[in-house]
Amino acid sequence: MTKNNGLLSPGTYLFAGNDAVAEGAIAAGCRFYAGYPITPSTELAERMSRRMPEVGGMYVQMEDEIASMGALMGASWTGKKVMSATSGLGFCLMQEHIGFAIASETPLVLVDVQRCGPASGVVAEPMQGDVMQANYGHNGDIGLIALSPSTVQESFDLTIECFNLAEKYRTPVILLSDARLAKMREKLRTPRPEEVEIINRTIADKRQKQFYLAKEGVAPMPLFGAGHRMVVAISSHDEYGTIRMNAENHRVMVDRLNDKLRRASGEVTKIESKFMDDAEMAVLSYGTTARGALSAVKQARKEGIKVGYVRLISIWPFNEDAIRRVLSRARDVIVVELNTGLMKKEIERTLGSDKKTHLVWDVGRLVPPDVILRKIKELSN
Amino acid sequence: MTELVVQHPLEKYVRKPYVNLFCPGCGESKAVFALIQAVDELKLDPDKVAIVSGVGCHNMVRTIVNFDTASVLHGRALPFATGLKLGNPDLTVIAFTGDGDGSTIGGNHLVHTARRNIGVTHIMLNNFLYANTGGQLAATTPPGASTTTSPYGNVEPILDACDLVASAGASYVARWTVNNMRPLVNSIKEAISKKGFSFIECVAPCPTFYGRYNSMKNPVEMMRWLKKASIPKSQTSQLSKEELKDKIVIGKFVDVEKPEFTDSIRKLWKTNTK
Repeated sequence: MTKNNGLLSPGTYLFAGNDAVAEGAIAAGCRFYAGYPITPSTELAERMSRRMPEVGGMYVQMEDEIASMGALMGASWTGKKVMSATSGLGFCLMQEHIGFAIASETPLVLVDVQRCGPASGVVAEPMQGDVMQANYGHNGDIGLIALSPSTVQESFDLTIECFNLAEKYRTPVILLSDARLAKMREKLRTPRPEEVEIINRTIADKRQKQFYLAKEGVAPMPLFGAGHRMVVAISSHDEYGTIRMNAENHRVMVDRLNDKLRRASGEVTKIESKFMDDAEMAVLSYGTTARGALSAVKQARKEGIKVGYVRLISIWPFNEDAIRRVLSRARDVIVVELNTGLMKKEIERTLGSDKKTHLVWDVGRLVPPDVILRKIKELSN
Repeated sequence: MTELVVQHPLEKYVRKPYVNLFCPGCGESKAVFALIQAVDELKLDPDKVAIVSGVGCHNMVRTIVNFDTASVLHGRALPFATGLKLGNPDLTVIAFTGDGDGSTIGGNHLVHTARRNIGVTHIMLNNFLYANTGGQLAATTPPGASTTTSPYGNVEPILDACDLVASAGASYVARWTVNNMRPLVNSIKEAISKKGFSFIECVAPCPTFYGRYNSMKNPVEMMRWLKKASIPKSQTSQLSKEELKDKIVIGKFVDVEKPEFTDSIRKLWKTNTK
């Protein structure tokens, strides 16, 4: 591998998903990684342990996933772009810190390489069982941002996007990968630095006193050691970081943080769609399942069936309007996913009763195109 | 008539408006001021001092000290402090926690932060129970003591956090009570000046929950008990384990120079990535 300044040279590589995420993070400016090994995310930690020193960053292996998240948060408050990766039960252990990061508006990127669950499940096989946990796994009722790649190239590109969104909106951002994508090797084209847009957080200037809960936009972030004498608060707080543990203040906090996400929603939302112009039926999926879905839709089109393809690239915040818009013409929607219908329920709720929502699912392995095609044919008759 | 206003020499380290929510007679506010006194005597740049507190009565520190402060998850002060130190090695990072926070729910982090020997100072206040939630049994509650969740007395032996941290590999380990203010302040100064991980257990009694539930009707009685129960390390060599059972041994247990984590890893990488 040729490198310039420790960075991967622009070019074409044969990469696994986990490695693409690591290099995407480095390209985005990630210079702090704390983690704990867990299958199938471990290659990410291994690569970062080698790469962080090469780019002047810091790598530390902590005693568990809880500590990994704690270290990320501390480092983020010194101005570093930070990331960790985990899977399955490790993601469960990280939930309390995810809530803390949301409440304290701490930018960080977390990669969840989804495997089978609950509990230990099947460690090296994929499932999409964490889509709800990503947004609802922590206590309280404030969401976050989550994106889900379906190719190795997208693993790289969306990791950069995750960092940009985390920095811009001062919130944790989760990349929902899976066991299959993590290990699968594909062509990766790495861009020249000038082709990549990199967003850095706005740092508070010395006289500033309001660090949280901006009414509009995002409050600039103070850093430790810069003379702000600020408080990073775990409890309900006001714009200054002063603890205000009462219902009125908490209402404001919940409102403001959810508003911030609502405002971000337009920029975050990414939905890919194909063959939708005349589609009477649509296949909707996300992550690696979308690959089989696209094959099935293409085959059905060859056979003259008016079916379209929709892929959610951004999962959270869930943009109902955009989903309704893209599916407006379809009569039937087939959701394909690696769980028993978590996203199907969301889609069903969003579309209401005037459309029919169907489910094709499996766990531990990708749904083959012919299974999806069979469902398409069944509905087109 | 003119009013004479004299500024307290430590006032510059205190947030305005000054909010002190500690109960009357609480030992923890004394520990907070020992910390401020030590920072002042070391002439540290207050902009570079970072305090990380967990959840418990000790967390009131965030409303008092005028340094950059993070009030973090219960038990997770040391991982956050580790991130701060690794992210910005110029910071003086002080984790200020309680006993439940620091040694029980945060026990795993305590062991491994000491083992890693990162340049963080940990001041752990010990009030023998979970005071913030109303006085429940902790791993530090003395055998026999009554708490709201051990109404018939405690049968569990205590965790000696100093022993634990010493065997895990900390560079500096000491225990004091808030009755020993001068040694406590001096010890905090030594701990902060240490390159590696330093740990001070500061016994800061809780008259509200521990005292009242254990036949000590007021803070003064509790202070007298604490004075009687404490014994300097130098006087313990002739005593048996049985004789020391109900004693609080105070003094310095470890003070060694060892390679500090942040330094070591930077040096290692510098020679290996060229």
